[in-house]
Amino acid sequence: MSRYIIRRFLSLIPTIFVIITLSFFLIRFAPGGPFSSEKNVPEQVIQNLMKKYHMDEPLFKQYLSYMGDILHGDLGPSFRYRDSTVNELIGQSLPNSMLLGTIALVLATVAGIAVGIISALKQNHWQDYTFMSIAVVGISVPLFVVGPILQLVFAMRLHVLPLSGWITGREGIKALIMPAITLSFPYFAYIARLSRASLLEILRSDYVRTARAKGLAERTVITRHVLKGGLLPVVSYLGPAFSGIITGSIVIEQVFAIPGVGRIFVQSALNRDYTLIMGEVIVYSLILVLMNFVVDIVYGFLDPRIAYN
Amino acid sequence: MSDEVILQVKDLKTYFTVDEGVVKAVDGVSFELHRGETLGIVGESGSGKSVTNLSIINLIPMPPGKIAGGQVLFHGKDMLTMSPNEIREIRGNKISMIFQDPMTSLNPFLRISTQMVETIVLHQGLSKEESKTKAIEMLKLAGIPAPEKRIDQYPHQFSGGMRQRVMIAMGLSCNPEILIADEPTSALDVTIQAQILELMQELTRRLGTAVILITHSLGVVAGMCNTICVMYAGRIVERGRTEEIFESPRHPYTMGLIRSVPRLDQETRGRLYSIPGQPPNVIDLPDCCPFYPRCDKVMDICKKKYPPTVPFEKEQSAACWLYAKEAQNA
Ligand SMILES: Nc1ncnc2c1ncn2[C@@H]1O[C@H](COP(=O)(O)OP(=O)(O)OP(=O)(O)O)[C@@H](O)[C@H]1O
Ligand code: SF4
Ligand SMILES: [Mg+2]
Repeated sequence: MSRYIIRRFLSLIPTIFVIITLSFFLIRFAPGGPFSSEKNVPEQVIQNLMKKYHMDEPLFKQYLSYMGDILHGDLGPSFRYRDSTVNELIGQSLPNSMLLGTIALVLATVAGIAVGIISALKQNHWQDYTFMSIAVVGISVPLFVVGPILQLVFAMRLHVLPLSGWITGREGIKALIMPAITLSFPYFAYIARLSRASLLEILRSDYVRTARAKGLAERTVITRHVLKGGLLPVVSYLGPAFSGIITGSIVIEQVFAIPGVGRIFVQSALNRDYTLIMGEVIVYSLILVLMNFVVDIVYGFLDPRIAYN
Repeated sequence: MSDEVILQVKDLKTYFTVDEGVVKAVDGVSFELHRGETLGIVGESGSGKSVTNLSIINLIPMPPGKIAGGQVLFHGKDMLTMSPNEIREIRGNKISMIFQDPMTSLNPFLRISTQMVETIVLHQGLSKEESKTKAIEMLKLAGIPAPEKRIDQYPHQFSGGMRQRVMIAMGLSCNPEILIADEPTSALDVTIQAQILELMQELTRRLGTAVILITHSLGVVAGMCNTICVMYAGRIVERGRTEEIFESPRHPYTMGLIRSVPRLDQETRGRLYSIPGQPPNVIDLPDCCPFYPRCDKVMDICKKKYPPTVPFEKEQSAACWLYAKEAQNA
């Protein structure tokens, strides 16, 4: 078992290496460059900038020195935010996004599973219809509609929550509530539908019929025979969901004025801020790959059919 | 087999409501089961065998299913009107079931020990340790080698035949009065089928358990059953003691089934016989003999009215116009 985990972990390294290498070259081949949008800048200045950032050197040499830097944990200077390094920019924003994202995903998971279970057990009753209608709304209505509606009700009408802004002072935590709920909504809806569908499948399965034929009480049938298999798909979904949700959402950040990583992501792409883009690619792929790794291990614990050799 | 009737199914009707209409999966089925008897229910796919037996222990998915009428008397008490608690007392304890597909009938996430022990603890009031000892004993009886070790494994570590042995061990672990086996061997290799049937026969004889054996094939029931019910389109069309059915089948459908059993004492020339045509759709069946489109003895009246059940010598009876007095008068 532990040998499996180690082997599986080591196999992540080449994956990450390939992602970084591919992204490095792909970005360079995209049209435009970090300095191309600066109008009316004398040619000489651009030349100097290129020199300063080693962009005048052969691409492969740049690649090698970049790989050397990131091995030391140095993501380099930002091409656009001249006074900041990429480490600083990501270091300031990523924790905010991670905090918000984690809260949102915990909310989405707990509520999604609860709703999924109730809907499956009450299939085609009013509870099921109500929850699944909410889930359809959650999946189809965009966040820039949900967010402002919450703001309208809870901040502007009822005055119970701050309109926007990030944690500051004693009232701080309250500022997290609305963005977290908004961000969790589509994830909640997806998890609710996913768990309902897979629970229904298990409820109809042969082995649940066997459990009932043995005379077990319905409660035991559900807790012992249905839930584990029924919630496994949710476990698989949590890996990609976690990496998606903590890497920020520009919509949420705009609506609620949150200093998160999503805005930097979008800006850097528009600016062709090569080092910053690469920094984000690395952070995102690390999180994604690690989360999938964790999910695999957890899945292996939950499903005895998975063999470790 | 004794004369004591332990289960009596009376005019059982189980319907399913689907988009196309009402499926009369079981439409007026009656039979009796005596202590220690082995009863075979035979019929083609879709004839209502499984639904009949799931109805007995009230495990029909509702909706879409509904028990539209009849009684299931277990020691004289109607199981269809029992409370959920009362019926759970019987399930797995007095009446237990083995299903067709051993690959999907055990929970893949739980050890065999968990799945066996939970039943024994529930019905026998033993402690977990005592229950496990009992479970190991049952696995040994069911012919599982090294049961003390195997019991802690998961279903996927067993072959199909071994899993069906586990199901049999589990089904008999509370010493039930009735074991219902729904095509217990049709998902298994031919070579293993005979072993499993033999095992079931030996164990249930030893424990005095009555058996309802559901199958497609008259060949399977021939060696095992005291009594046979032949089902067609939701009804029992012929019944009798096994010898009677094989020696003097009355219903043309039964005759067809017997002709389609492969026989060792006859040189089979060419292909094995099979009854021509398809079983009918049991949605909105008109009042007629549902077998008439496939019957080589069909008469006019067969298309207009369902035949009455005609008794013969001893225990045999058949629902066919060939033997009904009314047919001659009509
Ligand atoms: N849950 C259900 N919903 C709708 N119709 C059903 C349901 N279960 C069974 N039926 C119908 O009831 C009829 C009898 O089914 P049943 O499973 O009893 O047949 P069977 O004799 O056991 O056949 P097989 O040999 O294939 O197992 C079939 O027409 C089937 O389509
Ligand atoms: S009733 Fe008529 S159609 Fe039906 S089996 Fe008898 S002879 Fe054939
Ligand atoms: Mg069946």
